[in-house]
Amino acid sequence: MSQRATRLLHDALLASADFPERAHKPAVVTEGIVHTYGELLDSAQRLASALADRGVVRGDRVALYMDNTWPCVVSIYAVLMAGAVILPVNPQTKSAKLDFILEDSGARVLITDGHIAHEFLPLLDRRQAALTVICSGELPDTQGIECFDEVIRNAPLRPPCAGTIPLDLAALIYTSGSTGQPKGVMQTHQSMVFAVGSLVEYLRLGSDDCLLCVLPLSFDYGLYQLLMATHLGATLVLERSFTFPAKVFARMREFGVTVFPGVPTIFSMLLSMHRREPLRFEQVTRMTNTAAALADATTVQLREIFPHALIYKMYGLTECKRVSYLEPELLDAKPGSVGKAIPGTEVLLLTTDGQPVPAGETGILHVRGPHVMLGYWNRPDLSARMLRPGRLPGERVLCTQDYFRMDDEGYLYFVGRSDDIIKSRGEKVSPVEVENAMLALDGIREVAVAGVPDELLGQAVRAYVVLQPGYAMSGGQIRAKCMALMENFMVPQQIVLCTDLPRTANGKVDKRALLETATVELERS
Amino acid sequence: MAQQATEIESKIRGYILENLLFSDNAADLANDASLLEQGVIDSTGVLEIVMFLEGEFGLSIRASEMLPENFDTVDNMVRFVLRLQGTQ
Repeated sequence: MSQRATRLLHDALLASADFPERAHKPAVVTEGIVHTYGELLDSAQRLASALADRGVVRGDRVALYMDNTWPCVVSIYAVLMAGAVILPVNPQTKSAKLDFILEDSGARVLITDGHIAHEFLPLLDRRQAALTVICSGELPDTQGIECFDEVIRNAPLRPPCAGTIPLDLAALIYTSGSTGQPKGVMQTHQSMVFAVGSLVEYLRLGSDDCLLCVLPLSFDYGLYQLLMATHLGATLVLERSFTFPAKVFARMREFGVTVFPGVPTIFSMLLSMHRREPLRFEQVTRMTNTAAALADATTVQLREIFPHALIYKMYGLTECKRVSYLEPELLDAKPGSVGKAIPGTEVLLLTTDGQPVPAGETGILHVRGPHVMLGYWNRPDLSARMLRPGRLPGERVLCTQDYFRMDDEGYLYFVGRSDDIIKSRGEKVSPVEVENAMLALDGIREVAVAGVPDELLGQAVRAYVVLQPGYAMSGGQIRAKCMALMENFMVPQQIVLCTDLPRTANGKVDKRALLETATVELERS
Repeated sequence: MAQQATEIESKIRGYILENLLFSDNAADLANDASLLEQGVIDSTGVLEIVMFLEGEFGLSIRASEMLPENFDTVDNMVRFVLRLQGTQ
């Protein structure tokens, strides 16, 4: 039998049909229910046919505004099989931002969950026929919304025939930027298939592994756990979140999880629980961290919880999925380092005018490889800022805008960001995006948002607020209003009420001066 | 000695309204509503509640007890506190 080539992101799932033993193998466990590769292939093919029957053609964007559920997993593969582009949206996203993303991307279909109907229903009137809505869970009492299960039940089983080639877009992932509005990172099948291959190689994963995912599938770190598992024919234990850790621990033990991907906030929580009642996961052999730096002291303590795990410190950004990883054997020899470029890629440290930086000195990290994005959707201006001409004609190198230094053996050390993006709980928070949302609130005259160090969150979001004359609001009341406007991780943990904001000579708010004001009255929940 | 359920309930409600919902309107919080589904708590929220219950009621809560059946609604928390008070 000739072997199928893996060119498209969903080829790995289609290939599972070629291995009869794989049909019965668990692909994904959600809510403790095991779903086999056979089921995933069948459901995804049916939903792909249903999408095609509803007019979805090659290149269309399909928004997946969903929790980490079985319908979400099926949808991801169905969209790809239909030749369309997955557009994962964090289910915590509120109406206004969802509206922007649907509008900006020109999504044709919205696949979503009933429990967030209050956020998406208000957006449907204006769109009507332009947007097909398929909803899992409890169906809202609104005309024209289709039930996820019924759509699949009534769809024919047809092999995909969309004509997709590797240069076509596979995913459009919105990420916060320093400009305020989120922007869609365009990734092709080719670059994502490449990234999956590189990741499973250095993580030394195989088909016997069982990967845990408590991170949202809308976050590329979460999404790739699914893509890697399917690529390998391994099993993914998918949890909606890490909210109830004991539930996650029970699942890890029940299904024999071997790979634990987390962000520093999750690891801090693990340690704080470990101090209450010792935790020990003997079966976990790989533990990965990215999104923000893991303190060396944390790493040492995590070895008590995961005594047999290789610990991977990594660094990346959605624009190229991942940049670097540190070989786990070098954890003690290279403290503070995020290692070297992932297999098949390279990194360069350059000055602002593009000159190489000598070893030991700080430069801007540039990334070269097939994993680099095609650009930002509809934003050639921002794409040009991040993608620079490379060595070869037509080639583009990613300028990460992050400062790094490299030791004489080529290991990377993060120095700082060149923009003011806040990293809280491993999520990117754009101060401008938070400021714009807060300025829309009645009673707020001025606001300045900055990140401050926080043990659990990495950085906490702090907002300095000047109220309109005649208005009285407490920090808590302001936070309550923010919760209706933005994802939880963006809501400022700290509100500082001010009578005025300091300005620089050119009239911009002087955030440095604000942060240095040591006597501020903090209102912290 | 075990506290009355109503007293425990009102303390828990007060804490959630003030610290997680930022509201002074008691109608914003139903005792049987899932806090997770409503987006009131997320991963770090449960730890905050755990620390509040420990401090307020003098309990010691184990990691293995951080489950939805103990924390996802006000009713569940009240039952959980009563049960722990009976055993600790």
